[in-house]
Amino acid sequence: MTQLTAPPQVSRPHPAHPAGRPRLARLAHLARPARPARFVAGVVLGLLVTFAVVGPIVWPEAATQDLDRYLQAPTWSKPWGRDDFGRDVTARLAHATRLSLVLSALCVATALLIGGTTGVLAAWAGGWCDTLLRGVAETASALPALLIVLLVSALAAPGALWPLYLGIAVAASIEYFRVVRSRASRVLATDAVEAARLLDLGRWHVVRRHLWPDLRPTLVTLASLGMVTSILAMSTLGFVKVGVQPPRTELGLMLAEALPFFDVAPWMALAPVTVLFALTLSLWGLRSEEVVSR
Amino acid sequence: MTTPSVPRTVRILTARLAQACGVALMVSVVCFLVVQQLPGDAAYRIAAGRYGADLVDSAAAQGVRQELGLDRPVWQQLGDWCADLFTLDLGRSLVTTRTVVDELGPALLATLQLAAAALLGAVLIGAALGTEAARRPGGIVDRMCAAWVAASRALPPFLLGIGLMVVLSGRAGWMSSAGGDGLAALVLPALTLAICLSGLFARIIRDAVIEVHQSAYVQFARTKGLPERVVIIRHTIRNALVAVVPYVGVQAVVLIEGVVVVESLFSWDGLGHALVHAVFWRDVPVLQGASLVLALLIVAINTGVDLAVAALDPRPRHAGVTA
Repeated sequence: MTQLTAPPQVSRPHPAHPAGRPRLARLAHLARPARPARFVAGVVLGLLVTFAVVGPIVWPEAATQDLDRYLQAPTWSKPWGRDDFGRDVTARLAHATRLSLVLSALCVATALLIGGTTGVLAAWAGGWCDTLLRGVAETASALPALLIVLLVSALAAPGALWPLYLGIAVAASIEYFRVVRSRASRVLATDAVEAARLLDLGRWHVVRRHLWPDLRPTLVTLASLGMVTSILAMSTLGFVKVGVQPPRTELGLMLAEALPFFDVAPWMALAPVTVLFALTLSLWGLRSEEVVSR
Repeated sequence: MTTPSVPRTVRILTARLAQACGVALMVSVVCFLVVQQLPGDAAYRIAAGRYGADLVDSAAAQGVRQELGLDRPVWQQLGDWCADLFTLDLGRSLVTTRTVVDELGPALLATLQLAAAALLGAVLIGAALGTEAARRPGGIVDRMCAAWVAASRALPPFLLGIGLMVVLSGRAGWMSSAGGDGLAALVLPALTLAICLSGLFARIIRDAVIEVHQSAYVQFARTKGLPERVVIIRHTIRNALVAVVPYVGVQAVVLIEGVVVVESLFSWDGLGHALVHAVFWRDVPVLQGASLVLALLIVAINTGVDLAVAALDPRPRHAGVTA
C-alpha cells in the first residue's frame, strides 16, 4: 500500500535542475488515514474549535487574578484549576486555543495563496519565470521556518504578532510552491491538457477542469499539515519566549510558565499539552492523501 | 537532464555554492533590516546591554554610537555590512564586544556534536524499528511503527524534551536534566532529537527493507540456506541504507530546527542557544552569524548527501521532477 514509488517523470523539458539530486526523495508517502480515524479526527477538531470560539465568550477575563487561591487544584467549576497568579487555567486555555487556531489559519491561507499562485505560474509559464522562482525557493529551502521566524521576530517589538504571522506564512509558502509547481507541471503535461489546448478551450477551462480537481486533495493535505506546523512553530517560539509575550496566552508559553510548578501543580502543564496534542493529532488525521514531508 | 560534459560532482558543488551565497545574502539583508528597525535608540540599547540598564547615560550611548558608526547614512551602513560579510568579518557582539567568530566557534563545535549524536541515534532507532516492522508488514509492530511515525510528527521537540526530562531525570533520577559535563549532558538533548527524527527514518527503512526483501538476491540468499539474521545484516540492511541516505538531507532542516529548540531547552551552549539569546538582546552580529552558520550547515549536509548519493549510486538519473 505504501511503498516508495517514484512519481511519473515530467515529460516537459525543464532547464537542468541545479542540484541534480533525486528530489523525489522529498516525497515520503504515508498511508491515507482510514475513514473512522478521519471521523474521530473531525469530531475532536470540531470540539476544539467550539472550545476556542465559545470559551473566550464564557470566560472573557482570562487575566483576572485571585492571589488567595494560587495553584488551586482542579474543581468542577475550574476543571484545570488555577495557576500561580490564581488565574483560571481553563479560561486561559480557551484564549490560547483561539489564538493558535486563528493565527495558524491565517498563516496557512496566506501561504496557500502565495505558494499556490506562484507554483501554478512557474509550472505554466516555464522559461525564465520558472527558473527564477525555483532559484528563490531553492535558496530559501536552506532556511528553516524557525530561523525565518526568529529573524523576522527580531525586526519587531517583543510580543508583536505580525512577525510570527509573516515568518510562518513565508516559510510555509516556499514548501507549498514546490509541491504545487511539481504537481501542476505534471498535470499540464498530460494528454488531456494538450487536447484542451488544441481545442482552444482557454486557460480558465484548464484551471477549472484539470488543475483544480487534481490540486484540491493536495491542497487540503498541505493545509492541514500546515496548520500543524504553524501551531507547533508558534508554541515552540512561545516556549523559548521569543514569540507571544505574557500576559497574552499561548499554548507553548503557558507550558513554559507552568513548568516551574510541575511538582506541586502538574495539571497546569498538562492543560496546554493536552490541547496541543489534540489539535495536532486531529489535524494530522484530517489529511486527505499521501504526505509530502520535508 | 544530464550534461555528460560536466562531471556530476562539479555540478553539485556549483549549485550548492550558489545556494550558499544566496542564503548568505538573504540572511544578511534581513539582519541589516533588523538593525534599522530596532525600537528606540540602538546606541542606548547596546549600551544598556553592555554596561547594565542602570549605568547608561547619554555619554555612554554617544560613545557606543561613535564606536559603531551608527550615525552614518543607511546605504553606507548596508554597503559596509555586505562588504564585511564577504571578507568573512562577522563583526563583534554588541553585548560582549568579543568577535562573533570567537563567540560562535565553541558554539558551532557543541552544535555539531549534538547534531551528529542525534543523527546517529535517529538512524539507529529508525533502523531497529524499521527492520522489525518490515518483518511482517501489516502486523502489530508495523502498525505501532506507523502510529509512531504519526506521533513523531505531532510531537514537537520541546514537548518530547520536557517529557524525557520529567521521566528520566525527574522521576527516575537517572541523569541530570541540564548542565553536567560533556557526555552526560549530551545524552538527553541528543536522545530528544533522535527520537523526533527517527519517525521518518523508521518509515523509509521499513519500505526499503520490504522492497529489498522481495528482490532476487535476497531470495537467493534464503535459498542458499543463510539464517534470517545473516540475510538481514549482510544483504538487506546494506542495500536499504542506500535508500536512506537521501533522507538525511530531507531531515537536515528538521534537525537544525530541532537543534535550536532543544539547545534552548537543555541549555546546551550551541548555536541555537546563541541565536535565541541574540534575538532576545537584539544582538544583530551574533544573530547574523548564528543564523548564517545554521543555514550553511544545512547546505553543507545537503552537499554531503548529494555527493554520497552520487558515489553510492553512480547511474545517471533524470532530474525531472522537483518537489
